[in-house]
Parts: sequence; structure tokens; C-alpha cells
Amino acid sequence: MRVIVDLDVCQDHGQCVFAAPDIFRLDEEGRLAYVDSPDAALRADAEDAADVCPLQAIRVEG
Amino acid sequence: MERTGRTGIAVVGASLGGLRAAEQLRAAGWHGPITLFGDEPHLPYNRPPLSKAVLAGHALAAGTELRRRPSVEDVEWRLGAAVSAADLMTHTLTLTDGSVHMYEGLVAATGVRPRRLPMPGGPPRHVVRTLEDSAALAAGLAAGARVLVIGSGFIGCEVAATARTAGCVVTVVAPETEPMVLALGPHLARALRRRHEARGVRFHMGRLATELTPEGCVLDDGTELRADLLVEAIGSLPNTEWLAATPGLDLTDGILCDAHLRIGGIPHAVAVGDVARFPNPRYGPVPRRVEHWSVPGDTARHAARTLVATLTGTPRDPAPCAPLPSFWSDQYTLRLQSFGQPALADRSELLEGDPTAPEGDLLYAYYQGPRLIGVAALGGPTATAAAARHRPHLMTLPEPVT
Ligand SMILES: Cc1cc2nc3c(=O)[nH]c(=O)nc-3n(C[C@H](O)[C@H](O)[C@H](O)COP(=O)(O)OP(=O)(O)OC[C@H]3O[C@@H](n4cnc5c(N)ncnc54)[C@H](O)[C@@H]3O)c2cc1C
Repeated sequence: MRVIVDLDVCQDHGQCVFAAPDIFRLDEEGRLAYVDSPDAALRADAEDAADVCPLQAIRVEG
Repeated sequence: MERTGRTGIAVVGASLGGLRAAEQLRAAGWHGPITLFGDEPHLPYNRPPLSKAVLAGHALAAGTELRRRPSVEDVEWRLGAAVSAADLMTHTLTLTDGSVHMYEGLVAATGVRPRRLPMPGGPPRHVVRTLEDSAALAAGLAAGARVLVIGSGFIGCEVAATARTAGCVVTVVAPETEPMVLALGPHLARALRRRHEARGVRFHMGRLATELTPEGCVLDDGTELRADLLVEAIGSLPNTEWLAATPGLDLTDGILCDAHLRIGGIPHAVAVGDVARFPNPRYGPVPRRVEHWSVPGDTARHAARTLVATLTGTPRDPAPCAPLPSFWSDQYTLRLQSFGQPALADRSELLEGDPTAPEGDLLYAYYQGPRLIGVAALGGPTATAAAARHRPHLMTLPEPVT
């Protein structure tokens, strides 16, 4: 599974962090950081994170 | 008479709530037919950019279409199809074209529409709810245009910020003491007003427009304001008329639901999103409607499980629907981020920042008695992240009252 975030679109809302804390986090500056090939077991979390992104900047593939 | 769709689940309203409901019905194990009825001609699209990037001309309306899970590829979309009446006793929907649709289960996701000023006349008048509304207003936001915004809730404030950024001359009129005061409390709301004023927006707070003229409006203190266009941002009305024919439903402010989002206790009909009024046990027994973007997703998940359990005869999750409310707003380059229910607080406390400064991060905590009930931040990404750090403390449900 691959997670792709369009960082030009992302505005660091952090909603994905609450939905999928094992994939996404906010750094000290409040900027998004994430794991781009997370474990397949995290698929449901990744889908939830894509849903809750207000900018719809997250894609889940594979 | 044409009769279609004898089986399956009908979703009325094809926007954020309707789409999420369809996806969550599949996730909850519903493999039968799903039909979505939407009166707009578009596939579900995202509304927040309509008062921000789309209104400013920075984003293409075409880019607002919501991502759809592959699981809903086989649903039937009936777009441009308004439901005029539902009979929940006979499981029947009637469309405005006269056709009739039978269903097994129903999801109501019809959202809200803008309230309008109860008076005629005025300069060209706008609201912001749909793609078409946003495009029509954007065309009027030329530099130097005089824009009068009636209402200082979150749409009024966002439109004021976007119009000001476009170089318009912006005036806001509202009866409250401060912009967004109901959502943010007096202190953060005052700070928000200062930041608008520092950017050149003028406010007439504590005032009502009593008359509209072709040149602008007259306020209740006699002030005459001139404007090239007027934006009505005075709240919303739930779209519930289509349910009025079913006896016994409480439609006084949205669709009254139980703790599992069932409409009027009817097991095969649920409501989601802006139109649903439901009790959230985090904040006591009073049912409320919550017009925040996060709510359609949260309610759709719970409502879908309720409905699928009913239709398949499987056990239902006994826990009530208890989402943590959260909303954001973008004004200029500032982000407002709220978690919990600041609107229900009896006092707020400044945790970070200087509210009198024209810039910089602000963070407030909100209390109901001794209990932390919300946090809200204004500023850059660091402010949003600071609010997020307090979010876990808002997740605990209060002790049940004995
Ligand atoms: C301009 C704007 C900016 C916003 N910005 C933010 C923000 O920054 N942050 C935030 O938290 N929230 C924001 N929101 C709120 C958020 O967009 C809403 O909470 C969300 O759209 C609610 O989704 P919904 O599906 O419940 O209702 P809606 O999006 O209103 O969808 C209801 C759909 O049902 C259709 N419909 C109604 N009646 C019928 C009928 N009889 N038959 C068929 N179809 C029908 C409607 O036309 C509509 O398409 C904003 C809203 C607007 C309008």
C-alpha cells in the first residue's frame, strides 16, 4: 500500500494524524510528516485519513 | 406511474454526508443496491473552498470534487433529481418529476440552505452555499468594489476576508457584539475582529439592517451604508420539507434523531450531517445540529452501522453516536481551529499569545464549570498544532449523572 499526500495542497490541518497516528504526524512547526509505504494492516486507517482531509490531498494506492 | 428501485437503500442528498453514508454502508457490509438522489447537477463536491480559494479565484471549481472510495463505484447516482416527498411508513419517495421510488432503508442527508433577509430590494444580493453561488459572487469581487456583508458568523467572516484580500472595500453588519462570538466566546472573537480591522474591514456590530435600497442599506441607528453588492450570511435553514408528510416527526430544527441517528425512532431511516439533530452524550441529553465539516463523516459511520444492522437483522453497536466536534476556518492567512464545544462554555482562559497584538498565535481553553469543554486557536500551523495537543483531554466522556 502506498500513501501519497499532495504537499502543495496540504494545509497542515492534522485531521489525518487523529485518524491514522501510525502513518501521519505534525512536527514542532505544525507541518505534516508521514510514512509513504505503511504496513498493509493500516489500510482502514489510511482510508479514514484520506476521508477526513479537508483539502482531499491524500491518496491511498495499491 | 413509473416505479423503480423496489429494493435497497435510498440516500437523499448527494453531498458530503450522502457520499460518506454510501461508503460507510458498504464498509458496514451492505452489498445490496444503493441509490443517491441529489438535487444539484454535480457529483459530491467540497463546500469549504467556496468561501475561500474558489471564491478568491485561486482554485478551480473542478478541483473540489470529493474523492470517492472504489466501494461506491456501483451505486446509482440520480443527480438533478430532487425528492419532493417521503412516506416513511410505506417506504416511498416521490420525486419532483412525479416518479416514485421504493426503498428498504433510507438515509436523509439533505443539509441546509442559506437563510435570507426578510426584506425586498437592495443592491445585487448573494449567498454562498453552492458552486454556482460562489462563482456568481466571485465575479463581483473586483478591486475597489464595495462589499456589504450582513452576518458575522463563519461564512460572513470568510467572505469578508476573501473580499478584502481581493482589494474590495468591505463592511460587516451584525447584531452580535463580536464576529463569530457564539462559536468562539467574547475574548477570541474580539481578537479576531482586531485582526480583520487591522486589514481594513469595517464592522458595525450590535446593528441590524432595517431597509435595503438600490445603493446599499440603512441600519437601525439610521446609518446609511453604500454598497455595490450585498452578501447575506445570516445562518441557515435545514432542508426538511420533503419529510413533512410523514406524521409524528419532529422537524423543528433539522430532523430529530435518537442517539443512533434513527429518525423519530423508525429503525429503517437515519439522518446524517448538517440536517441531523441528535444528542451527543459528551455534552448532555439536549439534541443539537452541528454544521461542521467533520460531522457528516462521523454521523455517516454510525448511521450506516445502525441501518445495516436493522436491515440484515444483526446486532447493533449499543454505544451512542458521540463525535468530538471540530471545525476550522481560514481568514486571510490565519487559521481558526476549534475542538470540542466552546459554544457551551461559561468561561475561557488564554493559554498562549497576546490577544491585543495584530499578529501571532493565540490559544484559548474553554470550561463548563470545572470541566475543560473545548480549545480554540488562531494563527499559523503552530497554533493548530498547539490546539491539537489538547485534543486528547477533550475525548473523555463525562461521568454519567446519577
Ligand atoms: C461556503 C461554506 C464554507 C464552509 N467552510 C467550512 C469550514 O471551513 N470548516 C467547517 O468545519 N465547515 C465548513 N462548512 C460546512 C460544511 O461544508 C458542511 O457542514 C457540510 O457541507 C455538510 O454536509 P451535508 O452533506 O450534511 O450537507 P450539504 O453539503 O448541504 O448537502 C446536502 C445536499 O442535499 C441536497 N438536497 C437538499 N434537499 C434535497 C432534496 N429534497 N432532494 C435531493 N437533494 C436535496 C442539497 O442540494 C445538497 O447537495 C462550510 C460550508 C459552506 C457552505
